[in-house]
Amino acid sequence: MRDVDYASPGSADAVLARRAAAEAPGLRYLGGGTTLFDLMKLQAEAPTALIDVTRCEDLRTMDLGRAEWRFGAGVTMGEVADHPQVRAEFPALSESLWKAASQQIRNMATLGGNLLQRTRCAYFRGTPAYPCNKREPGSGCSAIAGANRGHALFGGSAHCIATYPGDLAVALVAFDAVLELRSPRGARRLPLAELHRDPGDTPHLETTLAADELIVAIRIPRVPAAKASVYHKVRDRESYAFALTSAAVGLQMAGGQVIDVRIGLGGVATRPWRAPAAEQHLRGRALTRESARQAAALAFADAKPSPHNRFKVALGIDTLTDALMQSKERL
Amino acid sequence: MVTTASAAGPALTAGCAAPAQAVDGGTGAHRCEVVVNGRRQSLRVEARASLLDVLREDLQLTGTKKGCDHGQCGACTVHVDGRRVASCLTLAVKCHDREVRTIEGLERADGALHVMQQAFIDHDALQCGYCTPGQIMAAVACVREGHARTDDEIREYMSGNLCRCGAYVAILEAVRDGARRMQGGEHA
Repeated sequence: MRDVDYASPGSADAVLARRAAAEAPGLRYLGGGTTLFDLMKLQAEAPTALIDVTRCEDLRTMDLGRAEWRFGAGVTMGEVADHPQVRAEFPALSESLWKAASQQIRNMATLGGNLLQRTRCAYFRGTPAYPCNKREPGSGCSAIAGANRGHALFGGSAHCIATYPGDLAVALVAFDAVLELRSPRGARRLPLAELHRDPGDTPHLETTLAADELIVAIRIPRVPAAKASVYHKVRDRESYAFALTSAAVGLQMAGGQVIDVRIGLGGVATRPWRAPAAEQHLRGRALTRESARQAAALAFADAKPSPHNRFKVALGIDTLTDALMQSKERL
Repeated sequence: MVTTASAAGPALTAGCAAPAQAVDGGTGAHRCEVVVNGRRQSLRVEARASLLDVLREDLQLTGTKKGCDHGQCGACTVHVDGRRVASCLTLAVKCHDREVRTIEGLERADGALHVMQQAFIDHDALQCGYCTPGQIMAAVACVREGHARTDDEIREYMSGNLCRCGAYVAILEAVRDGARRMQGGEHA
């Protein structure tokens, strides 16, 4: 690991001023470091300079308003997971965080950094002896004909089938979260659904952020479907593991019919994945185990499994069906 | 004070601490004023140095263990400003102006073991003992966070600490008992 330059400014303005002054191609923003420092040790990342944003108090605010919730990007995973109002009013958000990582990691990792965590594909994290188009563009993908049990059913290409590993973004994509971005050039908003790219033939390009853009906040519109929401996560072990399959579900019903339903899928796609066909199937219907299973089957109708992950289709259908029924029980 | 950098060798050198590497205080060395176990330390650290390596190599606090060096095993757990973190994934430079507590700083001023340390002994909650400092630091934090109210909660909130000997049954008993003693005010 090469040594790096480091600075930890005390405000977002100071971070951006520093970013504007130093036009280094290898300059990166740093949150808790649980992804970036880890990948530096694996030589999968080699930044030349780090701007630590975790001393920016203005990135650490939480505003749980009536119409919208706004979380500063520097708030830690643990602070949101344990927040009593979040647990009560938006359980899927809390669950997506406490079912991710360990408490040690949750105390370190920021929300903004969490959204940008990189794949756990063993070839990406492994030695350069195995080609990986994310690690070394154009070198090839070892997973497609290799060990691909953990890989994606959706969104893959002939160049990459690596799974997006996060949980938070799966919950957020189902609830139309929007990111506030800033750079030395200005500010803009970006729907979370447009943050991650499909790998296509450039799997090393994972997001639509410009190199100098910083996530400063996450905004989530408040909807009734959040109240009975669920983040259901199925793993090889019961805690502290990445998802084999997961489902974020939000639900609102009236007169025995589904008024609003939100479905995000994790562990099965190259980016946070929403399931609009399944949502469409359920709107206006009664929610029974049968209709839930029909919707879940629709969600996985276009799955493109690899030799080692075919089990994820049936498991994913079960996971989503169970999540929908758990959500109904919370109404 | 000299400092270390993390291993510059091949990836996955878990368990192998990097040799100490002097830094002349020029480019690449960062000031890190940190209180470790109640004592102020004025360090110069490379930005890439982990808190774990600085504790072990510069401060000779070798109670904190390097297991995976990737945040997956919990052996390196310490407290920063009272919160448990993985010291292997914490840049030492991030601890400037912060308080760090390690297993060496857990006992009372009179030298008596912390009640959680005593609970691990009483319940024989270890075999080889390599994961134990991290288990105990995680357990103390787990209780202080209010996450040790039921066995299921202890299992969930201790899941970041792996024990390859498989002493989990006794670890659970120790944390449960240590929590009771801490809440009884014996040693919070």
